[in-house]
Amino acid sequence: MSGPRVIVVGTGPAGVRAAQALVEAGVRPIVVDEGNRAGGQVYRRQPEGFKRDYATLYGSEAAKAQALHRDFDALRDRIDYRGDTLAWNVSAQQLHTVHPASGETHDIDFDALIVCAGATDRLMPVTGWNQAGCYSLGASQIALKAQACAIGSRVVFMGSGPLLYLVASQYVKAGAKVEAVLDTSPAMPPLAALRGLLSRPQLLWRGLQLQAMLKRAGVALLKGITPVRIDSTPEQGVTGVTVRDARGRTRLFAADAVGLGWHLRAESQLADLARCEFEFEPLSRQWLPRIDEDGRSSTAGVYLAGDGVRILGADGAEAAGRLAALAALHDLQQGSERYQAEQGPLRATLATMDRFRQGLLLAFPWPHQQAAALPDEAVVCRCEAVSAGELRRCVRELGSQEVNRAKAFSRVGMGRCQGRFCGHGAAEVIAAEARIPIASVGRIRGQAPVKPIMMSTQEVAQ
Amino acid sequence: MIGVQRSDVLIIGGGLMGTTAAFFLRQQHGLSVTLLERELIGRQASGTNFGNVRRQGRDLAQMPLANRARAVWGRVKELLGEDLEFKPYGHLRVCYTDGQAAILEQHARDARPLGLELELFSAEALRKRWGIFSNEVVAGSLSPIDGHANPRLAGPAFGRAARRAGAAIHEHSEVAHIERDGADFVAHTTDGRRFRAAQLLVTSGAWSGQFAASFGEPVPLEARGPQMGVTEPLPYAIGPSIGVSTPIETEGLYWRQIERGNIVFGGGLKGPALADQIRAYVKPDNVLRQLREMRRFVPAFEQVQLLRVWSGIEGYTADWAPVLGPSARIPGLHYAFGFNGEGFAISPGVGEVMAELLATGQTSTPIAPFAIARFA
Repeated sequence: MSGPRVIVVGTGPAGVRAAQALVEAGVRPIVVDEGNRAGGQVYRRQPEGFKRDYATLYGSEAAKAQALHRDFDALRDRIDYRGDTLAWNVSAQQLHTVHPASGETHDIDFDALIVCAGATDRLMPVTGWNQAGCYSLGASQIALKAQACAIGSRVVFMGSGPLLYLVASQYVKAGAKVEAVLDTSPAMPPLAALRGLLSRPQLLWRGLQLQAMLKRAGVALLKGITPVRIDSTPEQGVTGVTVRDARGRTRLFAADAVGLGWHLRAESQLADLARCEFEFEPLSRQWLPRIDEDGRSSTAGVYLAGDGVRILGADGAEAAGRLAALAALHDLQQGSERYQAEQGPLRATLATMDRFRQGLLLAFPWPHQQAAALPDEAVVCRCEAVSAGELRRCVRELGSQEVNRAKAFSRVGMGRCQGRFCGHGAAEVIAAEARIPIASVGRIRGQAPVKPIMMSTQEVAQ
Repeated sequence: MIGVQRSDVLIIGGGLMGTTAAFFLRQQHGLSVTLLERELIGRQASGTNFGNVRRQGRDLAQMPLANRARAVWGRVKELLGEDLEFKPYGHLRVCYTDGQAAILEQHARDARPLGLELELFSAEALRKRWGIFSNEVVAGSLSPIDGHANPRLAGPAFGRAARRAGAAIHEHSEVAHIERDGADFVAHTTDGRRFRAAQLLVTSGAWSGQFAASFGEPVPLEARGPQMGVTEPLPYAIGPSIGVSTPIETEGLYWRQIERGNIVFGGGLKGPALADQIRAYVKPDNVLRQLREMRRFVPAFEQVQLLRVWSGIEGYTADWAPVLGPSARIPGLHYAFGFNGEGFAISPGVGEVMAELLATGQTSTPIAPFAIARFA
């Protein structure tokens, strides 16, 4: 065996650019992909046989999507590609993978592990969100992108952030009926937000165009709303969405499906299992893995890039993936020339993206007061059916002021998603009830497997 | 000394042994009690274990203690006013070989005079009653009134009950050292507080060795981590807690179904436990081997998803027996630690016995085999 053993997890924008930088340096990385066609969620490819063109699928981002797909396809002979493979666990210098369809497992030794695991929707519990017909914004978009399906025949999108308007406009373009777009953020963003947003003026312009397009299409656009509940019946599932508008009036929108989301959250389970240190980010009120400017985590040999560590979007992920790979090559003494040449510009790109990210967080803030005000009967943890009231009881009667303590007592975050979707909301409920800062509530500790695995999973063949 | 908090008994360690002892000292004997816990009540071995309320398969010397503990489990709800999810739906041991079946039969004969009635099952009778076991299972032994409870709830509930009964329970109170002052013990916490008592009970689990050594009674004690896992919920159908009896460590397995429907399992090789960092890990190969053994035992488990694994820190002694009872050297000093991964079931018995011992100087339950003097 010669050359360093490098693994890239993920084949979205960050993973593809990381793999490409490694190949350029003469390294043959192992690339682990949970799917089987590179592109990630943002540039997800449609199944074989579907015939929509790039412009239809990716709109203004068509050229970038096409370039990413083309560049990855060109790498295929020079990487060890493991498709349909889940990285279910990581231990010291070893990644543990499973091919769920066959149950086959592997332990892969590495000198460097570059985790580009991407993101999922960041979700805020809403009364009734556990009913049939509730989706995340990301899932709504994937249904359209991958399968050319809408989540319903009359759809309401609720939440905040750029994806809210992007998905709604994609639904309108595809001919789906969008009843309303309900944004929890105020109509007028603070001035500080604008400063950040102006760091990427084209994106800001595109966002405003999307909103104008939705208005023209006759979609009700409400800002500054407070979700009251998602209405439903056991037979039909979702029947509508009730909110209070900015002036305090109760508004009901009939719908048979609702897409929810407040920005994205990093898929940081592998970083957690690799024992990377996390730090609290006050602006987004969440814990994120700590990295240096180039993507090095606190665990030697483990690099984190893309939306799996900071939500900078697809362009930022491409830059971060390349920079993390160059840093890994440098650390492995596989050549530092490119690292030194590109480090400055790549860092500058990422800094711009991060200013924009901060602008977005100020313009579309995580509405933590709404979680704190959830009625007792609202389900917070859907996997284990734990209500806000039960969490508050754990704080009041059992003294659980820390989220893992609340998990032990109430089962919050113990189910299939391990708190990936309820953890942020649960922490807000606990902090508000205990009257303590959100940072001191902590974060739900991740455990293997990263996602559920079948008990038919085999032992690693010796 | 100024600022020293005084009580009759000082307990170091807020796991199940410490909290049950504190509770019974207040509830049955009226002694004043202070308990010092480094982090939070009922974590590590007490909070992460399987939750077995099991008497069969134990060293026969533990049987009187286990019987006493079982009696407490039977009234635990009324004692604490809280539900620890104790389910007395039976504890079943099965085996894969005729040789092991003979050992189960012998154990049933030996345990009967000690007060444990076991019901023996043939392979056919097992399948008739539970239906889902594989053909490899050849025999079984059922203790009908044992079962399982929720370890995440038990320690904190005993801690709260002890506090309600008047014990001073201090979390986030790490003991730096303990000194003698006349006949008293004075514990100094890392943040400078002092606690004085005439009697001291060490219930610090895998960390007890340092205290015992400081009193001139070193015990060979090793920290290991149980390898636990939980599946997605299935329709609730299996009442008893179930384990495989085997001399082969890699085929060790135990599992139970909770009312929510999930299967909780563990067994086989232990994982690494870093006592100084307070972290224990699950080895990936241990998980995959456990899945293999789960399929071997119940083939239908193949279609079930594994959701999560976890571990904690348990203390193991060199001879697989706990350290329980008074110090051999220092009057007023007592120990209860080193339960080798099977302390949960007997913990309320240990607490009751230690409280009795501290309050009266003797106990009606024989614990002489567990004296620390055996390591001297």
